[in-house]
Amino acid sequence: METTNVKVKQFLSKFFRKHELQDDEDIFSLGFVNSLFAMQLVMFLEKEFGIKVDNKDLDMSNFKSINAICELVDRKAS
Amino acid sequence: MKSESTVVKEKQKIKCIVWDLDNTVWDGVLLEDSNVTLRHGVVDIIKTLDERGILQSVASKNEHHAALEKLEEFGLKEYFIYPQINWNAKSSSMLAIAEAINIGKDTLAFVDDQPFEREEVQFALPEVLCIDANDLSQLLDMPQLHPTFITDDSKNRRKMYMYDIERKNVEENFVGTQEEFLASLNMKFTISKVGEGDLQRAEELTQRTHQLNTTGYTYDYDEIDALRKSDSHLLLISDLEDKYGTYGKIGLAIVEKGQAVWTIKLLLMSCRVMSRGVGTVMMNHIMHLAKEANVKLRAEFVVTDKNRMMYVTYKFAGFKEVQEDNDTVLFENDLSVMQPLPDYLTLTVKP
Repeated sequence: METTNVKVKQFLSKFFRKHELQDDEDIFSLGFVNSLFAMQLVMFLEKEFGIKVDNKDLDMSNFKSINAICELVDRKAS
Repeated sequence: MKSESTVVKEKQKIKCIVWDLDNTVWDGVLLEDSNVTLRHGVVDIIKTLDERGILQSVASKNEHHAALEKLEEFGLKEYFIYPQINWNAKSSSMLAIAEAINIGKDTLAFVDDQPFEREEVQFALPEVLCIDANDLSQLLDMPQLHPTFITDDSKNRRKMYMYDIERKNVEENFVGTQEEFLASLNMKFTISKVGEGDLQRAEELTQRTHQLNTTGYTYDYDEIDALRKSDSHLLLISDLEDKYGTYGKIGLAIVEKGQAVWTIKLLLMSCRVMSRGVGTVMMNHIMHLAKEANVKLRAEFVVTDKNRMMYVTYKFAGFKEVQEDNDTVLFENDLSVMQPLPDYLTLTVKP
């Protein structure tokens, strides 16, 4: 769980560089979630953690924070 | 109707024509004679193809710098993108060109005077259209090199690809975040209602766009014309420009306006702007309009193996599946969350 958290945080920092993201902070409320970011995030998770994100997993609640993303990865990986 | 669309497809087939140089573009062999002269009529042919929106490149076995210098001297260098001047097999040069431009091999043509070269390409890449340089005088009459219509975007296609090459070079060497790079481009995104002058381009977009396309519904000129005049529809087209130049008209949306519900029938963006983070801008604009009109906003979606990015885009914008039937999905957005416009571009909405 901890390494997942670190990897996700590292990836997100490329996009939210001017802002230190907290684990439970709402990414969507920070603005500028564009289509490119969304797709890159999904591709990153699939490649990095060897999971398959289905269309039904593409719910905003699964991606709204670092914690939510880590929970999704754990759930899909098990 | 069906046969007509097949004909249209065949006529639009060639997107890029690749030229040999020695004894094809010019008479003689450059390595043996530095004073080669252009073949009769070849400049007209190259310029005409360019105006038709057909891209052009070079596959020549030659000394790279000498050949490029000669093309420059003839005033032709700027007409060729990703020229392959080396000693490799021409089939590998053809492949390199298809990959660099990101088009299918079946949309390439190859002109060479030597049967050996044409056969080598034909053998390795059977889908390529090979043309004997001796048939140059008939080249412009070939139906595969005649697009059905020529839009402003097709006329400027080469320049737009040239700008892309420049952008790619800068992007590869850019130090900073993606957002900073996008901000450095000074992008201007414009949304306007589809006008009469946009009809051909709109039709072309529905036929040429596959990756960033929510439903893949195709509409022809007359259908789009009827829809844009109808009170129950909203048709929007967008164009993008940055400090390097214009990308042309790159986005289209077709919205059916009911009394209580608006439905996005089609939303597409050209794949040339995929890495520009502009896919959500048109959608956000429609979301705002729907909210102002106090209607529900729905969107149809047809899942293909290529358009997942649009699915992700809808979902991350708060659209939820309300109906699913195999590959067809109906989304609805309660419009409670609206993303602000990204800082890295300016949006202009024309009335």
